[in-house]
Amino acid sequence: MAQILGLPKLSPTMEEGVLVRWTKKEGDKVSPGDLIAEVETDKANMDFNIEDEGVLLKFLVKEGDTVKLGAPVAIIGKAGEDVSALVAEAGKGGSAPAPEPKKEAKEPKEPKEPKEAAPKKADPATIGPEDSANAPAAKKAPVQSEQRAAQGKSPAPAPAAASAKSAPAPAPSGGKLLASPLAKTLAIELGIDLRTITGSGPGGRIVERDVRQVADGGGAPSSSPSKANGHASEDTEEAQEAQPSKALAVRHARQMTPSSDEDYEDIPASNMRKRIAGRLTEAKRDVPHFYLMRKLDAAPLLAFRGRLNELLGDRGKVSVNDLVIKAVALALRRVPECNASWEGDAIRRYHRVHVGVAVAIEDGLVTPVVRDADQKGIGAIAAEVKDLADRAKKRGLKGHEITGSTFTVSNLGMYGIERFTAIINPPEGAILAIGATVDEPVVGKDGQIVAGKRMTVTMSCDHRVIDGALGARWLAAFAELFEKPESLAL
Amino acid sequence: MPVISYREALNQAMREEMERDANVFIMGEEVGHYNGAYKVTQGLLQRFSERRVVDAPIAEMGFAGIGVGAAMVGLRPIIEFMTFNFSLVAIDQIVNNAAKIFQMSGGQYNIPIVFRGPSGPAVQVGSQHSQSFESYYAHVPGLKVVMPSTAKDAKGLLKTAIRDENPVVFMEGETLYNTTWDVPEGEELIPIGVADIKREGKDITLIAWSKMVWTCLDAATALAKEGIECEIVDPRTLRPLDVETLATSVRKTGRCVIVEVGWPVAGFGAEVAYQMQKLCMDSLDAPIERVCSDDVPMPYAKNLEDEVQPQVKDVVAAVKRALYLE
Repeated sequence: MAQILGLPKLSPTMEEGVLVRWTKKEGDKVSPGDLIAEVETDKANMDFNIEDEGVLLKFLVKEGDTVKLGAPVAIIGKAGEDVSALVAEAGKGGSAPAPEPKKEAKEPKEPKEPKEAAPKKADPATIGPEDSANAPAAKKAPVQSEQRAAQGKSPAPAPAAASAKSAPAPAPSGGKLLASPLAKTLAIELGIDLRTITGSGPGGRIVERDVRQVADGGGAPSSSPSKANGHASEDTEEAQEAQPSKALAVRHARQMTPSSDEDYEDIPASNMRKRIAGRLTEAKRDVPHFYLMRKLDAAPLLAFRGRLNELLGDRGKVSVNDLVIKAVALALRRVPECNASWEGDAIRRYHRVHVGVAVAIEDGLVTPVVRDADQKGIGAIAAEVKDLADRAKKRGLKGHEITGSTFTVSNLGMYGIERFTAIINPPEGAILAIGATVDEPVVGKDGQIVAGKRMTVTMSCDHRVIDGALGARWLAAFAELFEKPESLAL
Repeated sequence: MPVISYREALNQAMREEMERDANVFIMGEEVGHYNGAYKVTQGLLQRFSERRVVDAPIAEMGFAGIGVGAAMVGLRPIIEFMTFNFSLVAIDQIVNNAAKIFQMSGGQYNIPIVFRGPSGPAVQVGSQHSQSFESYYAHVPGLKVVMPSTAKDAKGLLKTAIRDENPVVFMEGETLYNTTWDVPEGEELIPIGVADIKREGKDITLIAWSKMVWTCLDAATALAKEGIECEIVDPRTLRPLDVETLATSVRKTGRCVIVEVGWPVAGFGAEVAYQMQKLCMDSLDAPIERVCSDDVPMPYAKNLEDEVQPQVKDVVAAVKRALYLE
């Protein structure tokens, strides 16, 4: 039996996703584990692998559509099955996994009881969303009868029934269509398909003026219901406002069409951008940050790196950052109190060391995770970071590869930044910001000024978890590992 | 038609009803020799004597209870509270006796009593004297709650309240006593439970009572300059509530803002909002807005006192939200 596929949770924090690409076509046979689509979540592009067997009968969303978690995206079933009822159901906003919640409590697992389904099938299908080209013809009769009902003597129940039927018109995205009750009533009266209207209200809600604008052939919307005939006569000021709705209309129009001669433009935020904005605002607001800076002697580490790369030859390259990751991981082993997060009424100390690495990608950044970095060899870390960074730039990371870090490293040295302070990546207790290696005069062992290489690192600590002395102890451990890099190989 | 003050209208109503029915009497603090704390009972003592205009000690519980007893034996008392803030010490008489005796006596005793006095914030009288308790009394079955906004409504409704066979809580706007309105001479009774359209308009319905009607009238004048026509509906009586008249207006305009000077939580506007969404669901283009005082005890400082109460700017902002203009 055919069923609706909802958008699954592809990242731990996603609330919606953009269907980037269908990798199967309508009519394709699929079996469990098959990749059917790529979905952009707040974190990365994720694979949508199917868990069912059957034929993809119909796609309910287009490539590029934004889809809420759980909202219908496709119908799967046996070849040749009639899907019109399911299409209508999907349009009602009934999310896939739990169809027809009300009357079928007895058999919750069986999506359709024949008795119930029969009348329902016929009903929404007639004003059905399946094929908008056919819609007007099919729609005519029921709409007119509803209109009569809506104009009946008892206004409360009649329009209620009418708009209940009109509501199912689905948004093109397959999500729930948002419209004010008045907009719905009016759309029925005027015979307008709500799916053709762009809502100007909050969250894209279709409101009265949007329907009127379409009814007026796309002209300026009028603000007032047609049935309104109240004329205030006592107030003298009204004379000069002979057509008050005009003023409103102008305001509406101005709101809806962005003027081209503005001094700015608004670039719609991607899911990732919204996520970054939300998470970092939260972190900077809620986490009491303090900062510890330490200038390190980078010469031994650079020399050590040179020797490693010589040994590796064309089998790969180790970067300064890879060594930093290893040093961070070992320092967290030496001072495990810093491998921790604040849990409201407890400090959670992690037994494993997972180091997140901030990677800049187009339009944002992601933080892939090197798991158990303390136990991996430098070469393994280097290879893993390279793979993660490459795939991050192509948005090809899986959800488990970007979650679960216990400490993060952020490096802007390659951009010439000498030092900076980073925002902690919650729920972690700290983040380490790595600056550039700088040639500068230093005081040598015998008190002479000599040429040296220095790198400044800045540790941002969550004061709820890490106090100043503890952070300093960790930085000292890190400094020792960094400045005696051979210990990284032990 | 004579233009008279709200204070004078109330005075006329009581004078006329006392002339008409010898069983009507008035009792309260300072109602006699001082002519009323707000001079609403001006001249009544001279006209009707101390038998019918009784100065009570500062003992609200006592004189409210005497009023209920008097009503039980056939008199028609008007109990004046110096303000409804002081009715709290008498609320047991109002809620547990006046509102209950008719039903609990199996209909043997009517309680034709009026509890009246000023209500709502005035100007810098402190948090204990700046409250609006209509939600408390409108909650109680067995009471009627009347809140006139104009002199005309005040007179017509007070006369009806005095003639009513059941207890009526008649709350006057403390800052409205000097406001004036066209008031017909002589007998013009306004029935309890009938709303009044104070201004016609087609874009949005403002529901307000007592002092807030005036705030809404000012807001409507300001909004009319921007081409927005507000319809102002004054329920005049909160219990019983004329939901049909309110709903008819909301169905016409498709938007509704409810303005009250009381606190937001469980305020009477919440009940009105419930009724309106239920009756007007298919006509609504936007969520129903409420404008209330801030959820705090009234500050004494004048600037803060103004800021806490619903002002014209707050009503204008709510109207624009409901019209999706902001």
